[in-house]
Amino acid sequence: MTSLPESRPGQKKLGLVVDLDICVGCHACATACKEWNASGHMGPLPDFNPYGNDAWGVWFNRIHSFEEGEGAGARTIHFPKSCLHCEEPACVTVCPTGASYKRAEDGIVLVNESICIGCKLCSWACPYGAREFDVDEGVMKKCTLCIDRIYNENLAPEDRQPACVMVCPVNARHFGDLGDPQSDVSEMVAQRRGGDLMPELGYKPVNKYLPPRSSRMVPGQTATADAPAPNDPVSPSDRLLRWVDRLLSR
Amino acid sequence: MHPALSIVFFTTSSGAGFALLVLLGLGAPLDLLPPSQGFGFAALAIAILLAAAGLASSAFHLGRPERAWRAFSQWRSSWLSREGVFSILTFLPAAVFGIGWVFFGVTGGLVGLCGILSAALAATTIYCTGMIYASLKPIHQWHNSWVLPNYFALGLMSGFLVLDFLVRLWAARPWGVTILTFIVVLTGWWTKERYWRFIDTTSAQSTVASATLLGSRGKVRMLEPPHTEENYLLREMGFRIARKHRVRLRRVARLAGFALPALLTLLALVLGGALGVVAAGLAVSSAAIGLVAERWLFFAEAKHTVTLYYGAEVA
Repeated sequence: MTSLPESRPGQKKLGLVVDLDICVGCHACATACKEWNASGHMGPLPDFNPYGNDAWGVWFNRIHSFEEGEGAGARTIHFPKSCLHCEEPACVTVCPTGASYKRAEDGIVLVNESICIGCKLCSWACPYGAREFDVDEGVMKKCTLCIDRIYNENLAPEDRQPACVMVCPVNARHFGDLGDPQSDVSEMVAQRRGGDLMPELGYKPVNKYLPPRSSRMVPGQTATADAPAPNDPVSPSDRLLRWVDRLLSR
Repeated sequence: MHPALSIVFFTTSSGAGFALLVLLGLGAPLDLLPPSQGFGFAALAIAILLAAAGLASSAFHLGRPERAWRAFSQWRSSWLSREGVFSILTFLPAAVFGIGWVFFGVTGGLVGLCGILSAALAATTIYCTGMIYASLKPIHQWHNSWVLPNYFALGLMSGFLVLDFLVRLWAARPWGVTILTFIVVLTGWWTKERYWRFIDTTSAQSTVASATLLGSRGKVRMLEPPHTEENYLLREMGFRIARKHRVRLRRVARLAGFALPALLTLLALVLGGALGVVAAGLAVSSAAIGLVAERWLFFAEAKHTVTLYYGAEVA
């Protein structure tokens, strides 16, 4: 049924929190996602012409890179993007067959491949580009939030997290219940003023993005950072080491 | 948006077919059309063929056409499903109407009622088709108040042009139909011009800044795309049309889709007889070419918000 489940107070909303401040753009999350999901719930994720020109295929996670600002004040931001498991997912309601659905118990948006007709309308309805069409099978595919990991009792409890979260080397991705205001992820979002992508469209994404911190070291400041700030307590032994360092650096 | 030929053909052909069904379903019971059974057969056959050919063509767009029947199930939430349901429902009273008119020469009573019912259902089908596009928030060029009037006006316009041609084969000078056709063509032209002006002068609320939560340090721009080659998203949603082609295709749509059909309709009105039939026939063919160009542009000019992640600043 593509009508959305009724929202209940205190409803579980599983999702991701992505920290744009510390993502280094290594693409490990995209690779780990592809590796797990190629044989997972939505698998296979086909690749076409993988070693030639015009290689393409189905991926659930894409890492974009942006710049903001000009000159010394500018910075590079790496921006991983996967399905946001929206609370108002038009990709679900536009589905004519009932293949696209949102789970009432945890809010995960999934596709039932066995009844998908491959009309692609859901991919048109998603503002974020979270769905990718599998031309081999003629059906739409998307991120499952690693539903086959997070509830998998064959895995150790600490491994029951999405593959992209498990692999992130800098801890820029977090998984949890964003419907529970006391959860780690919800508190992180509150502290760092995390937000929604394209909130103006009203899809109410569950996944949140933490904006880059504003007090960021910029190249112009690093030169002066060597000199101790006026109230910076520097011990005599540190001063000695610095002096030795400077001496040896000549 | 990628202009898939199957969908371009589907919306133009079934739009014309269902609109013609609206005109026949209302016109015959109200005695506004030639009551001849031959005319009824020709007109209804063409209407149903156009509508059905469009629907069949849309199935080619599917990854799994054999499962198409499943699309009738989610009418509670999906405009695509509603379109499917109403298009099939339209054929039921249309069959009674057609059999009554073509085989028994009856256009009043219960048969007439079925005609009016199929007209209402056909109009609802066109409404659903328009809403499939108008309901998609990520596409500014579709999610606006000009899209539904466009679908209705252009559908009616093509329906009227076909009707005018057919009526001329049975009645020498169908003044009423021809004058209405002329007015509807001009109305279609006007709504299309207003639509084009709207999409030329406005853009989506979403920007690369709202799509990424960035921008506190200044302008946001793409540094690197996530992949070196095109992917599904860029092929399907990232279609870009050169300005040169856009201008040229709009000219084709204006000329072949509206200006020529309007002129030829007037000419048919003046000429009448065999020459009138030829003029009306040319008006239909010209409009067909113009409307395909118009519908192709409707897709090609539509920009999806996903392009904001791939270098577009606005959508």
